[in-house]
Amino acid sequence: MADLTMPHVDAVIIGFGWTGAIMAKELTQAGLKVVALERGPNRDTYPQGAYPTSIDELTYNTRSKLFQDMSKSTLTIRHKPSDQAVPYRQLAAFLPGTGVGGAGLHWSGCHWRVTPEELKIRSHYEERYGKAFIPDEIPLQDWGVSYEELEPHFSFAEQVFGTSGQAYKVNGEIVGPGNPFDADRSTPFPLPPMKNPYSAELFKQAATEVGYHPFSIPAANASGVYTNPYGCQMAPCTFCGFCSGYACYNYSKASPNVNILPALRQVPNFELRAKCDVVLIETDSTGTKATGVIYVDEKGNRVTQPADLVILGAFAYNNAYMMLLSKIGTPYDPTTGEGTIGKNFCYQNENSIAAFFDGDKFTNPFVGAGGNGIACDDFNADHFDHGPLGFIGGAPMWVNQAGTKPIGGGPLPAGTPSWGSAWKKAVKDNYTHVVSMNAHGTNMPDRENYLDLDPDYTDYLGRPLLRLTFNWHDNDYKMANFMVDKMGAIAKAMNPKAMKVSAKKPGEPFDTRHYQTTHMGGGVIMGTDPTKSAVNRYLQSWDVSNLFVVGSSAFPQGLGYNPTGTVAALTYWSAKAIREQYLKNPGPLVPV
Amino acid sequence: MQPIKIALAAFGFTLACSATFAQTAPDPTLVGQGQYLAEAGDCAACHTAPNGKAFAGGLPMASPIGTIYTSNITPDKSAGIGDWSYDDFQRLMRKGVTKQGYVVYPAMPYPSYARLTEPDLKAMYAYFMLGVQPVDQANRANGIPWPLSMRWPLHIWRWFYAPTAKPFVAAAGQGAEIARGAYLVEGLGHCGACHTPRRITLQETALSDADGPSYLSGGAPVDGWPAPSLRNENGGGLAGWSEDDIVAFMKTGRNKHSASFGAMNDVVVDSLQYLSDSDLRSIAAYLKSLPPKNTAAQPYAYDDTATKALLSGDASTRGAQAYVDRCAACHGSDGKGYEGVFPALAGNPILQTDDAVSAIHIILSGGRLPGTKTAPSYFVMGPYADVMTDQNIADVVSYIETSWGNQGKPVTTGQVAAIRKTATPVNP
Repeated sequence: MADLTMPHVDAVIIGFGWTGAIMAKELTQAGLKVVALERGPNRDTYPQGAYPTSIDELTYNTRSKLFQDMSKSTLTIRHKPSDQAVPYRQLAAFLPGTGVGGAGLHWSGCHWRVTPEELKIRSHYEERYGKAFIPDEIPLQDWGVSYEELEPHFSFAEQVFGTSGQAYKVNGEIVGPGNPFDADRSTPFPLPPMKNPYSAELFKQAATEVGYHPFSIPAANASGVYTNPYGCQMAPCTFCGFCSGYACYNYSKASPNVNILPALRQVPNFELRAKCDVVLIETDSTGTKATGVIYVDEKGNRVTQPADLVILGAFAYNNAYMMLLSKIGTPYDPTTGEGTIGKNFCYQNENSIAAFFDGDKFTNPFVGAGGNGIACDDFNADHFDHGPLGFIGGAPMWVNQAGTKPIGGGPLPAGTPSWGSAWKKAVKDNYTHVVSMNAHGTNMPDRENYLDLDPDYTDYLGRPLLRLTFNWHDNDYKMANFMVDKMGAIAKAMNPKAMKVSAKKPGEPFDTRHYQTTHMGGGVIMGTDPTKSAVNRYLQSWDVSNLFVVGSSAFPQGLGYNPTGTVAALTYWSAKAIREQYLKNPGPLVPV
Repeated sequence: MQPIKIALAAFGFTLACSATFAQTAPDPTLVGQGQYLAEAGDCAACHTAPNGKAFAGGLPMASPIGTIYTSNITPDKSAGIGDWSYDDFQRLMRKGVTKQGYVVYPAMPYPSYARLTEPDLKAMYAYFMLGVQPVDQANRANGIPWPLSMRWPLHIWRWFYAPTAKPFVAAAGQGAEIARGAYLVEGLGHCGACHTPRRITLQETALSDADGPSYLSGGAPVDGWPAPSLRNENGGGLAGWSEDDIVAFMKTGRNKHSASFGAMNDVVVDSLQYLSDSDLRSIAAYLKSLPPKNTAAQPYAYDDTATKALLSGDASTRGAQAYVDRCAACHGSDGKGYEGVFPALAGNPILQTDDAVSAIHIILSGGRLPGTKTAPSYFVMGPYADVMTDQNIADVVSYIETSWGNQGKPVTTGQVAAIRKTATPVNP
C-alpha cells in the first residue's frame, strides 16, 4: 500500500454505469483524455452473462452476484429523524449494482421518457390546482429543463439503447397505436415493439374494455437485430426471462457493456479502471474547484487522479454520498429545510394485483423480458384530474412479464400458508395460471425523506456509511389505494377466479424486506435556485463548477416510470452543455 | 520431427548471399505508408507478445522442433534492428537472412515476402526505423534442442524451398485489381502460411496460384483451428460468398454467412481491418478469381427439413434436442443465425467439409467474434466443455454438420475426446 499520483487527465469519471459510459463516450468524442473509475470488478457478457451458467437464479439473484457487496459497504436506514438507523445488511427492497456496467448491466430494460408535466411539476400543479394544493411537507420543485430541450437526447438515447416500441406521435403526426398520452417525438422507436406474452394480451383486452388506452412498454430489449449509432450491435431477445439481476447472455438487453463499451474500447483516449473505489473528490483551497479524485485501488493503494473535470456518475444515492464525503455543497437539514445535499431523496411507490385463473388458462409466466409488456398511462403523471383526489403523482399500470423464476416464485392467492403441503399445492395450482400487474407509481419528496452521513457505522475503509431516512407518507398511501382501485377494474375485466391486491395501507411503514424497485433518486437535485438545488439545469454543481453530477440523483421527485431513459437523456443533455459551452469557457454555466 | 531432421541435415553446405543493394537511409515521408504495409503484413501478430511492447518480440511459437521466440524488430540499436541498413532489412525480408548472416526459421514468411516491391520495402524500413518506439528487450533464446538448434540447415531449407527473391509481377492477363489482390495475398498478407497445405518439410505446397490449385486450398490446424479454403470453390471454400461478403468479413470479422473465430481473429483485428476498402476489394476479387481445386463439390443449397421438424416440436433427430437446448437461441431453429451478430450455421463454409475440428473445438472452448473499428461489438459464445459430454457434442456437431443442407459429416465421440484434451476456454 502506498500513496500514488497518476498522470493528469482531462476528465475523471466516478462510476461506470450508464451515466459514466455515456459521459466517457461523449467526452472522448470531444477529444478529451478520460479515465473512468469503477469501484466494482470488470464485468462483461462473457463470462458473467455467458450461457448457460448465467441462467442461475441462486447465484445471481438469491446470492447477489452482480449487486453491491454488502460485506464491504452498505447504507443505514431509518424511518424518521428521531429513529436510530441500522445497516441494510441483506439486499431485498432494492438492489444497487456494482462493477463495470453498474446497475445498467442487471436492469430490466423498461425505457421511458419523463412526461413534460413532471419536469415542471410544481408550476404545473400550482397552475392547474392552485398553490394550496401542494402541502408544505412536500418540497416539490421544477427541474429547470423542459421536455422540448431534452427531446433530442431522449431520441438519441433510444437509438443508442436500441429501444423497441410503438410511437404515437412523431413530429406532430399520429403514426400508430402508441401511448396517446405521450408527448411529441422527433423519431419513432428504432425497433418495432416486442411481441406480447399471453398475459400482456389479456391485460390489453381488459384495459381496452374498461376504456383505458393500452400500448406496448418501450423496451431496451431488442425485438430484432440492431446496430446503434456507435456501431455496437444487439441480437433479438429470446424472452428467456433472465433480465433483471442478470447480464443478458444474448446481447439483447441494452447495457453500458453491450451498447457503449465496445466502442470505447476502440478509442485510445479512454481508460477504464475497475476495482477503484473513490473516497473523495478533492477541491482546492477555495473549495470551488475540483482538482481530481482520490481512490483506493485493488491493492489498497491510495491513489490521486488529477483532472480538470470531474464527472460524478455513481449509483443514485451514492452521488449524494460522495458529495457529503467530499464536503461539497451544504448538507440538507430536515429541521430547517435548508441545505441541498441529501435533499429530496425519492423512490417508487409500486402496488400490485395478481389475478388467478383456472387450470385451463395458461399464462406461462416463466416467459418474458424485463421491458416487455403492455401498459396504460391513463392514471400516470397528470393525465387525470387530481383535484378531488388530494394527492400528487400517478402511476403507469402494466403487465410487465419479466420472467418468474423458480426460487423467487410467483404470487399465490390470499390466505395461502407460507410453507407446507398447502403451500406446495397452491404453487402447483397457480404458477402457470396467474397474471401479475403493477401500478408503478411516483414517490413525491417529503421534508423528512433525506440522505446524510451516519454517525455510528463505518464501511471497510472506515468511511461513515450513508444514512437514509425514508418512510411512506399520506400522499403515498392515498395514491396507492387509488391506483389499485383503478387497476382492479382491469383485473376484474379479465374474469379471474380470484384476485390478490397488494397496496400500501395507511400507516404501514417502509419495509426493507420485500423487493419493490431499485429506482431511487434525489439527493443531488437539479433546479434553478442554488438555495433549493445542488446542481443547475446542466447538472453542474452550483458550488464547484468543474464537477457535474449525473444520474437519478438529479430527480427532484420519484417518477411514475422507470428512471433509466430519463437518466440517459439528462446525461446526454449535460454532456452537450459540457462539449458546447463548458469546454470553450470553463466556469458556471448558469450565473449564481 | 524425424523427417524434418533428415531433410534439413541431408545437405552439408551453406548458400552464400550474393545480393548487393546500396545503403539507403530511411525516408521519413514513407513512415505512414510503411505502417500501413506493416499492418497489411500483420508483423505485430508474431513480433508483439500479448501484453508486450509493440514489436519487441518474445512471442512463443510452437513448432514441430521446439519453441521459437519471435525477435525484437524495434529500432533499438542493440536489442532490435536499429543498426540495420536498408540492405540488411530487405535481405531479411526477402531471403530470410539476418544481418548477422544466419537464416531465420520459416515461421517468418520470407518466402512470401520475397515478392515485395522495392518501394514497399523502403516504406516498411522507414516505418521500422522511424515510426516504431525502440525497446531494449533482448531476444529470448529459442527452446530448440541441439542438433536441431543448428541454424545452418536452414540455409539449405531456404535454398531448397524458398523462391528466388524477385518483385511481384502480375500474371499475364491479370487486371490491375486482381493483380493488386494477388500481390497483397501472396506477398505481405502471407495468407498461404496458414491457408495453404504444407509438405512434410514444412514448405507451403504452393506460394501462388501459378504453383497450382493447392494454393489457399486450406491448411492444417493452427492452435487447433483448421484454416479453411479461400478458393472460389464449393465444399468449404468461398464459392457462396460475394466480393462484398469477403470484404465485410475482413473489415469487421463478420458477414451474413459466418463470423471470425479462433486463429483468424488476430488477423482481422491486427491487420485486415486497417486495409483500405480498395485493397480489401482487390483481395476479394483475387480470391474470387481462384478456380476450384475441389471440382466435385456441389453448391450449397438450403434444405428446410430440419427447420420444419424443430418448428413443429419434433426434436427426435439425434442431436436435435441438444441443438434446441444449447444452440438454437442464437443460431435459430432455421440455422440461419442473425446477420452480423450470431453466425449462420446453414451454409457456413466450416460445416461443408469432412473436417469437423473447428465445430467441435468451438463447442468445447467457445468462440469469440472480435470487435473492430467499424464493428466494435465483440460477441462471445461461452464454452460448453463443462456442460456437454463427448456424446452430447458428437451428436450436436453431427446434427449441424448434416442439417439445413450442410455437406459435413457426422463425427464420433473419439474425435471430441481427442480435441477436448487440449481445448481451453475462450478468453474474456
